[in-house]
Amino acid sequence: MVSVWTQLEPHLADVEKPARYIGLELGAQRPEHRPGRVSWLLTYPDTYEIGLPNQGLQILYEILNERDDAEAERAYAPWGDLEAVMRRERIPLFSVDTHRAAGDFDVLAFNLSAELTYTNLLNCIDLAGVPVRAAERRPQHPLIAAGGHCTYNPEPLADFLDFVVVGDGEEVVSEITAVLADWKASGRSEGSRTGMLRELTRVEGVYVPSMYEVDYDGPAIRAIRPRYPDVPERVEKRTIADLAAWPYPRNQLVPLTEVVHDRLNVEVFRGCTRGCRFCQAGMITRPVRERPAEQVRTMVSEGLRRTGYDEVALTSLSTADFSGIESVVQGIVDDPSTCGQVSVSLPSLRVDAFTVGIAAQIQKARRTGLTFAPEAGTWRMRQIINKLIREEDLYGAVTSAFSQGWRRVKLYFLTGLPSETDEDTLGIYELARNCVEIGRTYTKGVSVKASVGGFVPKPFTPFQWFGQNTVEELYRKIGLLRDAARRSKGLQLTWHDPRATLAEGLASRGDRRLGPVIEQVWRRGGTFQEWSEHFRLELWLEAMADHGLELDWYVYRHRTEAEVLPWDHISAGLHKDFLWQDWQDALAEVGLPDCRWTPCYDCGACTGYSIEHVVASAVAPAGGSQGTGQDLSTGHLPGTSVPVELRSRRLVAAGS
Amino acid sequence: MSTGLRIRFSKQGKIRFTSHRDVARIWERVLRRAELPIAYTEGYSPRPKLSFGLALSTGYESHGEYLDVALRDALGGVELNELPRRLASVLPEGIEVQAVVDLQAGATSLQQAVTSCTWHIEVGPALPSAVAHAMAGALAAPELVVTRQRKGRSVTDDVRPAILSAEVLGGTTIEAELATQPRGLRPAEFLAAIDPTWRAGRVTRINQWTQVGGARREVIDLPPAATPPPHAEVRAS
Repeated sequence: MVSVWTQLEPHLADVEKPARYIGLELGAQRPEHRPGRVSWLLTYPDTYEIGLPNQGLQILYEILNERDDAEAERAYAPWGDLEAVMRRERIPLFSVDTHRAAGDFDVLAFNLSAELTYTNLLNCIDLAGVPVRAAERRPQHPLIAAGGHCTYNPEPLADFLDFVVVGDGEEVVSEITAVLADWKASGRSEGSRTGMLRELTRVEGVYVPSMYEVDYDGPAIRAIRPRYPDVPERVEKRTIADLAAWPYPRNQLVPLTEVVHDRLNVEVFRGCTRGCRFCQAGMITRPVRERPAEQVRTMVSEGLRRTGYDEVALTSLSTADFSGIESVVQGIVDDPSTCGQVSVSLPSLRVDAFTVGIAAQIQKARRTGLTFAPEAGTWRMRQIINKLIREEDLYGAVTSAFSQGWRRVKLYFLTGLPSETDEDTLGIYELARNCVEIGRTYTKGVSVKASVGGFVPKPFTPFQWFGQNTVEELYRKIGLLRDAARRSKGLQLTWHDPRATLAEGLASRGDRRLGPVIEQVWRRGGTFQEWSEHFRLELWLEAMADHGLELDWYVYRHRTEAEVLPWDHISAGLHKDFLWQDWQDALAEVGLPDCRWTPCYDCGACTGYSIEHVVASAVAPAGGSQGTGQDLSTGHLPGTSVPVELRSRRLVAAGS
Repeated sequence: MSTGLRIRFSKQGKIRFTSHRDVARIWERVLRRAELPIAYTEGYSPRPKLSFGLALSTGYESHGEYLDVALRDALGGVELNELPRRLASVLPEGIEVQAVVDLQAGATSLQQAVTSCTWHIEVGPALPSAVAHAMAGALAAPELVVTRQRKGRSVTDDVRPAILSAEVLGGTTIEAELATQPRGLRPAEFLAAIDPTWRAGRVTRINQWTQVGGARREVIDLPPAATPPPHAEVRAS
């Protein structure tokens, strides 16, 4: 195999941030390529800065390189300036590790964490010199694969992907490697590709789109069926039972140039059962699997020593819920070998004073900003989304933060949630303004930033049946908030572009008929759609119209219980009737406490796979918000309401 | 009294595409990995007390970069001459420590101490004969007036005094000693002053010079064995 480095090098001085393309990170591997091995190019379809820290990709990179029958390198989407050079000079997509051409690998495996990267995926396949449509690939072409949260609905990409991994990748990559090694050994003859793909369908957690057929009934789906009797009707996700058996990454990559989340990351648990109904990650990653505290301590101390980082993030979907979080955190802070210079960050903080207490314990030096995600403005709305944060919890958290020296608080909210009224929307303003008022009593320079995103319903959540708000409706709601926030000093409002929310919604719950739409957007130059300066809604609208598809059908309408959903042949372990019941409970404004410490609701995630929650503590964390051992009869504090004039307008009840 | 270390290092190969800021961050981590007793700043965001010399443009190589590191404690049992090897095990490929010396209290900062740098500058699209001819012409003139951007403004001045020496080594590679103060001249500006159509190819900083008692000296002299053979690559081609 030939390195493209000598072709690339003369042009790097002319592109932005060339250090993105050189590799050489601490932890980078340069595997020796041997014909008998299966070579994987693990590719993140966005820039290096976004993709390098991706833990899923790094975990697989190590696991594959530890195997005798596999080797793995990494690639990232080149920025537009380099892409222009590559197309002009005929330089193919390359690995950053040894600068080998992507087309020389056996598998190009993409991590899909965001729907708006789909056009980048096509661009990377094309830059690799591989036909973008799976049906046009020949035996010599690499297989195009994908994993990550977006692959729970792989249908919009069905035309482009040879195979898809659903769920945890730690075990399944080895099983796939074994199948591919056999195929390579057999000589990859003409026509053998289909047989190998059919073989892959036997591996649990692997979905091969071309092995399934979709019957339509007008715009609706009648049925999704396997083409052959030996292909499973439903593809079950993979779940590793014990996180302790997978202490990866062991050698986290330390980049030479700036990236997001540039710190040591140690995953403390996987899965979440808080049951927030908008949250796809919390639904599809069940059950909860904690890493033993001792292993966390070892991974932190060894990781810090090896990397030289002065910051470690304990990652999970709700880190304050980790059993014994306080003692783990204290142990890191007090470790004499770190000389008090290490800061710990806890992403995805729960909203309560207890949590701020932990934050205070660890951020002795750098008290700059704290972020909370109440997600909705009123108690009614938070019951609907099952994020059971009472107002007193939020105000307690904020009081605790400002009284202990923090000056900036950031609050995350969603708008466009099911049955949201203008009163609910303006509740966002009310909560944020009250936080400013609380801050004023402690500091003059208070800053509260409310960040509002348009809600996109995701597959395998109770809200998968909900019709997303239109772009116009989201703009109207943001307008209400903006008008209200103008009156409040110290409150800053930022919002996500509703047009991008629409495109995300399209891809999120789309079916196979969206393939040509994605392809057309890509062919007309619509790459890096995650980046606001590159996002072009008109390309999406044109492509939808050109293919006779309706936004209303794909995005805006409510789905019915009987409808065949495009992802019904994929299983996240969750019973569909559990999700439907949870959707009905949502509309009835009924909250559901966390099942880690309360009786099981039989969602299916544990029972279906005969696995269980792995939680060290038998009781809910002390002082925790969100419904564990709290009085949830009301989450609204009388006397804190703000005299704003409300224009209540209840939307059509969803699901009816 | 020793308050810290002054490190001389090279930056070559792929890693030359990292920026000055990147290199600063790399060193922070490297020094922690090496478990040296580095001193930190006070305040909300304690950072290692490092101070770098003149920035090297992204894409340029160097045989002589410098870094001052403040220490909070004595090195304790580690000999200075062991440090290059110890650092080598934690440095990324392409950065190599050439020498480490004690930094005395009150030492002049790198930014102030360095008065000129010697560069090897490969000229982009140009014929060797044209390079030699244009150089000779430009240097023979009493002044070399150029307009360049400084802090967002166009400034016109004579850059001839900043060119301390310049000769063609062979091919289209020029060796030039360019002043860094009172008014510095960058390699790209030097080329543009001679011929605006020239572009810099490979550029390497060879030395950084200080003035000691009227004589020119490197910030840290390298023992003869460690000195790269003069212009070996260039003359060979």
